[in-house]
Amino acid sequence: MFIKEYIKEVYQGVSSLLKGMKKTGYYFFHPSEIITQQYPDNRHELKLPERFRGEVVMAHDDNNEHACTGCTACELACPNGTIKIITKMDLTPEGKKKKALDTFIYHLELCTMCNLCIEACPTNAIQMAQTFEHSVYDRNKLTKKLNQPNSKIREGVE
Amino acid sequence: MFSFQQWAAQIHSFLLEKTGTYTLLIECIIIGILAISLFAILGLVLVLMERKVAAHIQIRMGPNRVGPAGMLQTVADTLKLLMKEGLVPRLADKFLFNLAPFLVMMVAMMLLAPIAFARGVQIWDINIGVLYITAVSSVSVIGVMMAGWSSNNKFAMLGAMRSGAQIVSYELSAGFSILCIVVLSGSLQISDIIASQESGWWLFRGHIPVLIAFVIYIIAVTAETNRAPFDLAEAESELTAGFHTEYSGMRFALFFLAEYINIFIVCALGATLFLGGWMPLHIAHWDGFNHLMDWIPSSVWFMGKTFFLIFLIMWFRWTFPRLRVDQLLNLEWKYLLPIGLLNLLLVTWIAIKGWHF
Amino acid sequence: MYAETQIISSSENNPQLKEGQLVINVGPQHPATHGVLHLVITLEGETIVKIEPHLGYIHRSIEKMSESLSYRQFIYVTSRMDYLSAHINNLGCALCVEKGMQIEVPARAQAIRIIMSELTRIASHELWIGAMAMDLGAMTPFFYTFRERETINDIMEQTCGARLTMNYMVPGGVMYDLHPEFVTRVRAFITQFKDKVTELEDLVTNNIIFRNRTEGIGILSKEDAISFGCTGPVARASGVDGDIRKRFPYTGYEQLDFEQCLHQAGDSFARYIVRIREMYQSIRIIEQLIDQIPEGDFQAKTKAVIKLPKGEFYTRVETARGELGVYIISEGGTTPYRIKYRSPGFSNLSALDHMARGSKIGDLMATMGTLDLVIPDIDR
Repeated sequence: MFIKEYIKEVYQGVSSLLKGMKKTGYYFFHPSEIITQQYPDNRHELKLPERFRGEVVMAHDDNNEHACTGCTACELACPNGTIKIITKMDLTPEGKKKKALDTFIYHLELCTMCNLCIEACPTNAIQMAQTFEHSVYDRNKLTKKLNQPNSKIREGVE
Repeated sequence: MFSFQQWAAQIHSFLLEKTGTYTLLIECIIIGILAISLFAILGLVLVLMERKVAAHIQIRMGPNRVGPAGMLQTVADTLKLLMKEGLVPRLADKFLFNLAPFLVMMVAMMLLAPIAFARGVQIWDINIGVLYITAVSSVSVIGVMMAGWSSNNKFAMLGAMRSGAQIVSYELSAGFSILCIVVLSGSLQISDIIASQESGWWLFRGHIPVLIAFVIYIIAVTAETNRAPFDLAEAESELTAGFHTEYSGMRFALFFLAEYINIFIVCALGATLFLGGWMPLHIAHWDGFNHLMDWIPSSVWFMGKTFFLIFLIMWFRWTFPRLRVDQLLNLEWKYLLPIGLLNLLLVTWIAIKGWHF
Repeated sequence: MYAETQIISSSENNPQLKEGQLVINVGPQHPATHGVLHLVITLEGETIVKIEPHLGYIHRSIEKMSESLSYRQFIYVTSRMDYLSAHINNLGCALCVEKGMQIEVPARAQAIRIIMSELTRIASHELWIGAMAMDLGAMTPFFYTFRERETINDIMEQTCGARLTMNYMVPGGVMYDLHPEFVTRVRAFITQFKDKVTELEDLVTNNIIFRNRTEGIGILSKEDAISFGCTGPVARASGVDGDIRKRFPYTGYEQLDFEQCLHQAGDSFARYIVRIREMYQSIRIIEQLIDQIPEGDFQAKTKAVIKLPKGEFYTRVETARGELGVYIISEGGTTPYRIKYRSPGFSNLSALDHMARGSKIGDLMATMGTLDLVIPDIDR
């Protein structure tokens, strides 16, 4: 009886090992199963989903106009102090003083891509871009100014 | 058909004519240079092969950036290791620490001597070739123990102790499987063993007992060369890197190289003993077939068989989990050794009765 | 000289050790600890005499940090605690805030939350199987399990916008509606999962080496599991029926048909098999919901600035590792007065010494691997 069990044990052990080898062997001889992407080579066909959060950008239209009123809702919503908004006082055509955006400072190095600023924005002035290759040699380059020079607020955005 | 034997004879007579008494010395130097270059090439090829095999098993591409299809990856790695600083821990035994990698390397180099690479290509056809290999390969454990002890690192010491227990016990079953073939062929000389397989390889001629011996041999040499699933001496998740934890730069590279050379040698020996070495596949009474097989150069046969066995060992490594120390010794003493002993008895019976094909 | 005595702490120069004992430091940089856990292990030969976990290498004071963040903001930080079940951590916090606000979450948001939680659980367990197999020396299963996990991550990326730290749960619901392709992709994933998970049986579950390495190793009895406060698969493998989804159902788990996976053995293999079965149960839950996600809002209407009434609020959720408790004390302001997380990893780690004593170093790796430790979760 003992020898029978012994042989059974050996047989079961060896067969379980062979099963595993069959599985890995299958993958070895089927290179079509390879799933890795050749990243820097496939940069052109690489499509990220439209909701992917890469960095915060401010959309400007053809007239170099944006939709940011400088309300600082995003600055308040940000948990890390990533956004800093500097406002100025503009004169409207009617001669009234009006608060407007001067500089939208965005610290990419502090950002955790939590999307809370985009949720908070009442005018949809800022969006998440799908870029992800953010590495630079100088940390200062990560501090970005989002509104383009000489841009102004779009007509009708309050 | 070209033949290495002819070349060797020509070179020998040429040297004899030109240099006279120094012929032996010059030949030794040539052999030495050839052995060292073989080492370098084997190391590069085997490391690349391991990485490619691993990658394809793991549904990856493997190295594919340096050189065409990643062929020069290992060259780049070697360059990196050469330029790296070789650190010696402050409290290490410096003499033994520096000696250990060279000892391991030297053992691997000495083992090359009796291996027959092709028809007539053999450095030293000693009449106790198999015994020589089993004896010399045991010395490598001293190098491993030296490395582990002198590093003054507890992980290294534990790894070395494990390695010692492992190599010493697995040599027994490897020896028993080798004995099976020695019994069948009746000689310890490598060339005789190969010649005895002219009408068919022992693996096919020796019925099931030789098949079992072959399986035991493969398991035992996997353990002897410290390869997964028996890589307890360098168990990554337990002992970080085991006995070579403290080694860096070229000293580490020597350990690394020696591991792969050892794999090559045990696989070459396995191919010689069980698969006929450089002997082409011959089937008795099939003259046409045998003639066709003879057309393939003997070196291709040898390398093909050896690399098949190396692939088998790599396949093991990338499939199985690691054993525990006591399970490792259980496997040897409770399973492999008794089976091997019984097997040897059966093979001897077959050899005496002449039942093999 | 100090450095020297630190390096060679054996019985020769350390009076606290007995003859033949030595101390090794596994971690903070060690391949098996999966992070910066530091275990000071006293060995006698290869046998473990004592294990002392040292924590604090990745302490980021998430609890203190949360006190200065608003109730909308503090949720994203919890993704960094147990990063493998980020969704479920966020869900726990969102539930706690909702409890304080006393708002009703729309049915659609609840269904989405459950599907996301279960997908996260599968992804976490998939990663765990790979990492544990790697602890035991098998490298290859890691890549096979990552293939399935990658599919989940792609689904997450499409719907939530990020792969690991999604910040998708907000007080009152979820941040966006599901992506139009979500349902088809999840169905495709379910087919893929059922097809590929059997591979693990050949490679890992039935493998004799794996069985020998895990069966009967690191046994944790039911009483010990309770007294150490173990939760999740670790406790369930010891027979403690403490699944929060069954005991204290939240966000609609009570309407679903699924089993609590229990095992009585309490060894490493039981913990493994419980997690495998849990993945099947998660698939079962997703299958029940995926075809009938209710229509409607994905987010309840909430005020822009959330203020919680004065008081204490506690919710618990079942993460992939066990019970996560979120405890908020509010003084009535816009930020919490105090937040405390009861993380599953910490109490599970505390049982390690008890489980691994007397076993070999190799067994420690199997035991530690099956505890499924995520170090940022332990340290916070």
